[in-house]
Amino acid sequence: MKFDDEPVPGYPLPILPGHTSPGRLERVLRSGGFAITAELEPPDSADPSEVYRRAKVFDGYVDAINATDGSGANCHMSSLAVCALLTRVGYAPVMQISCRDKNRIAIQGDILGGAAMGVCNMLCLSGDGVQSGDHPQAKPVFDLDCMSLLEIGRDMRDAHRFQSGRKVTFAPRVFFGAAANPFGQPFDWRAQRLAKKVEAGAQFIQTQYCYDVPRLRTFMQEVEDLGLLGKVFILVGVGPMRSAKVAEWMRSNVPGVHIPDSIIKRMAGAEKPAAEGRKICTEIVQEVKEIKGVAGVHIMAYRQEDSVPEIVTNSGVLQGRVPWYPGRDESMPEVPHIPPPVAVAV
Amino acid sequence: MYAVRRWSVRHARGLEIVYAGFERVVVALHPLWKAIGYERLEKPVAAVEQVVKGFLFDCQMCGQCALSSTGMSCSMNCPKTIRNGPCGGVRANGNCEVKPEMRCVWVEGFAGSQRMREGRDAIKVVQFAVDARLKGKSSWLKVAQDKAPKPVQEKAA
Repeated sequence: MKFDDEPVPGYPLPILPGHTSPGRLERVLRSGGFAITAELEPPDSADPSEVYRRAKVFDGYVDAINATDGSGANCHMSSLAVCALLTRVGYAPVMQISCRDKNRIAIQGDILGGAAMGVCNMLCLSGDGVQSGDHPQAKPVFDLDCMSLLEIGRDMRDAHRFQSGRKVTFAPRVFFGAAANPFGQPFDWRAQRLAKKVEAGAQFIQTQYCYDVPRLRTFMQEVEDLGLLGKVFILVGVGPMRSAKVAEWMRSNVPGVHIPDSIIKRMAGAEKPAAEGRKICTEIVQEVKEIKGVAGVHIMAYRQEDSVPEIVTNSGVLQGRVPWYPGRDESMPEVPHIPPPVAVAV
Repeated sequence: MYAVRRWSVRHARGLEIVYAGFERVVVALHPLWKAIGYERLEKPVAAVEQVVKGFLFDCQMCGQCALSSTGMSCSMNCPKTIRNGPCGGVRANGNCEVKPEMRCVWVEGFAGSQRMREGRDAIKVVQFAVDARLKGKSSWLKVAQDKAPKPVQEKAA
């Protein structure tokens, strides 16, 4: 959808009545649109043009771009910095905040800083254990967990105060989100835990990869029974797999990812597995869209980001809508051309 | 000890009853603790608490015990010290993503909570992050101080 007050980078949109952020993601969700977000793989580099190049792939297909915060406990460009680059040109990022690497002092500073740069969406995560990443010798911080982080963020926004009680003079106007894994054990408690996150302040949810639609249906029914449907927007995580081997590997090595045998069989029997993976992903997007309470999808096309346009187009879920991107409307500024860094002799 | 820790969760209801009685006594003795001095008691009581709760729950002495709200499964044994678990990484067999040989403390905790009376609903309440200053201190004394009837404050004239 097109809003008549589309953004000029650096100038925030007005906040509509009943909204907590000036962001487009909240606007799309609250106006009943089917929202699409996608995960940007942060570069292992200090070159800003890499961030823009990776974001450009999504132009016209996504409402917001997730900037991960050391996902899998691996070191990459920080989410705050990726967001700073993205907001400069008007993109709508979802700034992921993990509790693994920073204590409450640093995190609250980042919430203010992110909001000051125009970040309207923040995703509050506990984070992966350091053992799963490339620096297992690092000290895990976990001063907060995702629930406390949500409460602190909400208080900064609504009560204008830090956790210490000290006043925040201009509150961060942020749409707060959290993660959920309907496909992890113990199944019986997943909806209940979502209720706790909503209680703590989560306004939207991005889920773990969904390959088991029947399980998601059961989860969504439980979510409805707990009376949460009007209180939180749920974006279902999806992603294409490249081959049966990758699927098999993900299933046994990525904790919390659940892939049914039927999907693996279908991948194994396919002539072109990568194409089959995209097809499966497209079908899942179409299926979950029909489930009551699903407000959108979050596409995590790890190292296959260029498949996102195809998946979105083939699923037809945008129904002709073209999400804003720099340059969509002639009057909008283009992504600035940033020359690659030149080594300087010292 | 891991085996004892799991026994405690299986007997969460019994421990809930025992603790409720214990807490009443500890709170009732507040005047005595006050007379001796809470600060003077801190070290010896914390030492006893560490031995007892260390044996039963692998207690990490966070100083703000939430066992009554976590199904008698100490959440500080979660490698991420999540106070509101379980995280999304629980393995299909119910074990921890970080320590594959260990049961997820929150899978255990939810099972324990279902055996409890108060704990059944207490687990649904959001627990705020721990106060790092209280680490190593006695939770029992804190409860005695927090729950003891407060003297009625005289209104300023």
